Amino acid sequence: MRMLEPFYKFSSPQHFYRLSTVLAPWLGWLAVALFTTGLTGGLLLAPPDYQQGESVRIIYVHVPSAWMSLFVYVLMAAAGVAGLVWNVKVADAVARASAPLGAMFTFLALATGSLWGKPMWGTWWVWDARLTSELVLLFLYLGYMALQNAIEDRRMAARAGAVLALVGVVNIPIIHYSVEWWSTLHQPASISRIGAPAIHISMLVPLLVMALAFTFYYVAAVLVRARCELLEAEAGSQWAQAAAATAAERP
Amino acid sequence: MNGCGRAFVAVLRRDLVIGFRHRSELGNPVVFNIIVALLFIFALGNDPVILGRLAAAIIWVCAVLASTLSLERLFTPDYEDGTLEQLLLSAQPLPLLVAAKILAHWLLCGLPLVVAALLLGVLLYLPQPGYPPLLLTLLLGTPVFSLLGALLAALTVGLRGSGVLLALLILPLYIPVLIFAVAAVSDAVHGLSIAGQIYFLASLFVLALTLLPFATAATLRLRLG
Repeated sequence: MRMLEPFYKFSSPQHFYRLSTVLAPWLGWLAVALFTTGLTGGLLLAPPDYQQGESVRIIYVHVPSAWMSLFVYVLMAAAGVAGLVWNVKVADAVARASAPLGAMFTFLALATGSLWGKPMWGTWWVWDARLTSELVLLFLYLGYMALQNAIEDRRMAARAGAVLALVGVVNIPIIHYSVEWWSTLHQPASISRIGAPAIHISMLVPLLVMALAFTFYYVAAVLVRARCELLEAEAGSQWAQAAAATAAERP
Repeated sequence: MNGCGRAFVAVLRRDLVIGFRHRSELGNPVVFNIIVALLFIFALGNDPVILGRLAAAIIWVCAVLASTLSLERLFTPDYEDGTLEQLLLSAQPLPLLVAAKILAHWLLCGLPLVVAALLLGVLLYLPQPGYPPLLLTLLLGTPVFSLLGALLAALTVGLRGSGVLLALLILPLYIPVLIFAVAAVSDAVHGLSIAGQIYFLASLFVLALTLLPFATAATLRLRLG
C-alpha cells in the first residue's frame, strides 16, 4: 500500500488542484513552443507534396487532431472507469473536462478534412470510411456532453457518463469496421486515396512535433478545466473556498 | 421450476399483462412506423422502381425510429411507481429480471414492428426475394435494439427530457445493425449471398444478449442505488 501512497495523494482533489495550478502554465507554454516549431516546420520548411502540392500542409493540423479525437475518447472512458471503480473524484473531473476538448478535436479533424477534400477530391464531403467514423465519433461526444448536462448531481453524472463512455469504447471498433465495410460497398472506385503510404522524414518530423503540441495543449487545457470542475464540485469544502479566495487575491 | 425461473416468468407476465391493458399505447409505435414510411412515399413519389430499390432502407429506418420511440416506456413507468426499486431489492438476480423486462418489451414493441415491416414491404414494392432476409434481419436486429436500448434507457431513467436525450444517445449505436441489415436485404434482391451479413448480425445479437442484461442491471443500480 505504501507504494500507492503518492498516487492516493495526487488523486485527492486538493493536491490535484495545487499540482495543476503549478503544472498547467508550464505545459501550456511548452505547447505554444511546440506549436510554433511544428507549424514553422510544417508550413514553411517541409517540402510540398509532389502530387498534392501545398494542400498537403493541412495534415499538420488534421492528422494530430484526428489522433487526439480518438485518444481523448479512450482516456475519457479510462478516467470514467477509475472514477466508477475506485471512486476517484479527480478522474471524474478529468473525464468531464475532456469531453468538450475531444469534441473540439473531432470537429477540427472533420473541418480540416473537408477543407482538404475540396481541392483534392473536388468536393467538401465524401462518405469515406474514416470521415464517416469521425462524424459518428462527434455524435458520441455530443451525446456524452448532453448526458452530463442532463444530470444535475455531479456524482451521478460522472457515473452515468462513465457507463456511456464504456459503451462507446466497445462500440467504436464495431461502428468503425461496419462503416468501413459499408463505404467500400457503396463508394465508386473513381475516388482513390492520393499520396504514398510512406511519409518522408522531412514531413514526418513536423507532424510528430505537432502531435506532441496537441497532446501538451490537451493536457494543459484538461488540467485547467478539471481544476474548475473540482472547484465547482467541492464548492462546499474548506480547501475549495480557500483556493478560490487565494485565486481572487492574485492580481 | 426454481425460484429464478419463477421470478423471470412473473416479471415477464406482469409486463405483458400491463402492456395488453394499455392496448392503445401498444399500437402507437407501429402506427408511427407506418406514418413515417408514408412520409417517405409522399416525399419520393410513387414510382414502383424507385420505391422498390429504397424499400429495405426505408423499412429499416422506420423500424429504428419506432423502436427508439418505444424505449422510454421500458423503465420510466416502473421508476415512477416504485416497482423498479422493488426489483432492485428482490432476492433474485437483477440481470435475470432485467432480461425478462427486455424480452417483454421486445414481444410488445419489437415483434409488432417485424409484422408491420412485412406490410410495408408490400406498400413499398419490395422485390419478392427481399422478404426472407428482411424477416430474418428484423428478427435478429430488433432484439439488439431492445437490449442496447435497455442499457441507455436505464442510464437516462428519471431524467428531464429523457426521450430526446435517449434518441440522441442510442441512434449512433444502431448504425452497425442498420448497415448490415439493409445490405443483406439489397444483396438478396440482387441474388447475392447474404451469409456474411447474417452471421455478423447474429454475432451482434449474441454479444448483446450475453453482455447487456448485466450491464443494464449494473447501470440501474448505479442510477438508483
